[in-house]
Amino acid sequence: MSVNVRIPTILRTYTGGQAEVSAEGATLSEVLADLERNHTGIGARVLDDAGKLRRFVNVYVNDDDVRFEQGLETPTPDGAGVSIIPAVAGG
Amino acid sequence: MAVQAAAGTPADTVGVSLGPAAALSCRECGERTPLGPVFACEACFGPLEIAYDFPGGDTEGLRKRIEAGPDNIWRYAPLLPVPEDVAAKPNTNPGFTKLVRADRLARELGVTGSLHIKDDSGNPTHSFKDRVVAIAVEAARAFGFTTLSCSSTGNLAGAVGAAAARAGLRSCVFIPHDLEQGKVVMAAVYGGELVGIEGNYDDVNRFCSELIGDPAGEGWGFVNVNLRPYYAEGSKTLAYEICEQLGWRLPDQLVVPIASGSQLTKIDKGLKELIALGLVEDRPYRIFGAQAEGCSPVSRAFKDGHDVVRPVRPDTIAKSLAIGNPADGPYVLDIARRTGGAVEDVDDPRIVDAIKLLARTEGIFAETAGGVTVGVTKKLIEEGRLDPALTTVVLNTGDGLKTLDAVAPTTGPTAVIRPNLDSFREAGLAS
Ligand SMILES: Cc1ncc(COP(=O)(O)O)c(C=O)c1O
Ligand SMILES: [Zn+2]
Repeated sequence: MSVNVRIPTILRTYTGGQAEVSAEGATLSEVLADLERNHTGIGARVLDDAGKLRRFVNVYVNDDDVRFEQGLETPTPDGAGVSIIPAVAGG
Repeated sequence: MAVQAAAGTPADTVGVSLGPAAALSCRECGERTPLGPVFACEACFGPLEIAYDFPGGDTEGLRKRIEAGPDNIWRYAPLLPVPEDVAAKPNTNPGFTKLVRADRLARELGVTGSLHIKDDSGNPTHSFKDRVVAIAVEAARAFGFTTLSCSSTGNLAGAVGAAAARAGLRSCVFIPHDLEQGKVVMAAVYGGELVGIEGNYDDVNRFCSELIGDPAGEGWGFVNVNLRPYYAEGSKTLAYEICEQLGWRLPDQLVVPIASGSQLTKIDKGLKELIALGLVEDRPYRIFGAQAEGCSPVSRAFKDGHDVVRPVRPDTIAKSLAIGNPADGPYVLDIARRTGGAVEDVDDPRIVDAIKLLARTEGIFAETAGGVTVGVTKKLIEEGRLDPALTTVVLNTGDGLKTLDAVAPTTGPTAVIRPNLDSFREAGLAS
């Protein structure tokens, strides 16, 4: 399953400056593993030492915060958009 | 690690001079980065905040300099990331709002110590957001941004619109499409672009985060996104003012509303700075956070003993606090626990009751966020968790005229009579 991943500015050093890359996987966890295979180092930026999402990173699959879904096990259907975004302040 | 300017930011932003601001440093891991329009740590995504080189030594001199300063936040310019000549530039000049001694409210709540309302409804656009925006405007100028922007629950949008108008910058702000009419009008009247997003605040935030990473966001300074480290420092001025207005003394207890948790976090930072600089005596203080029950992810985490905040979908009349995914939530938990405070919430009917209680006892008309802090204060006192014998400061961060909708259904004339004395007497109004 192929998905589009939007990369935040602070991670673009790993994608050669690209703002969007494609990745394979049926769940977010598999997508992140595939990202790590093609862009070594990115995994450790998004996941902590215990393999969980870092507490100041927000990940969305098709506009849904994965914490409302199944976290790293959230399904990533073919053609889905995945966004990785740092937490922001209040309004 | 080198600075990575966000896509579309002016290239030569490194090396700007913003008063005592020395660098940005990650609140999570301590990684340092030069001053620039960046907001998240490259190593761990943690929030970047300003690290200072404060002038050491002459505490008396600093206190005198502050006291001789203007009656707005620029009196604290030596402690803020702003250029030395900040007071001479066009800005909305917010701050130095009233600290109201609230004896009648105290009596009603059973407070025997002194109770004060820090009333930020007196700011130029009638909320505390003018403080944060005023600092962000200076950063936007320093980094050469031409459009001032934000994602907003309403108050920030108005503050940005006004500040951009004063500073001669273009503004374009983003809000959830279904805000209170008063806030929409206030955001629109200053003549900038106002974009309603079909979604809630968290959706607006996500959209804005994507925009600054895109060439379409070139030249855009989002006060609460890529300018966040500067913006957030504006909330410290609440801590400075409260202490100065108490005679350079720390309050024992503070009750602060939480949306993203940035304000509460920076009030704590401000208090710690005053202690470190010797401007106030070091004594324990407690910080209590206040949320609406319909959007209480931080309160929930506090009660459950968690240190991660699970996001929620907000449903409350307190729309200014309706952030379901609060970025500074974990820090609020740390601060409430460290200082012996708490995070509590109240439901919508109690928010309305609290707005009316404050208005009836002190003549202060708060917006829903102020109803939340007063309502939570009342609850904490009733439950014996806030010490009624101590000095307590409760924040009112916005003006009731902005959220008339919340109280309109249950307020109105107490009598309608014909214009004659008989009718007046019949209504039982004679004293
Ligand atoms: C009136 C009012 N009070 C308090 C807050 C909370 O601020 P923070 O997001 O910094 O917690 C907000 C805003 O977002 C607000 O509009
Ligand atoms: Zn870090």
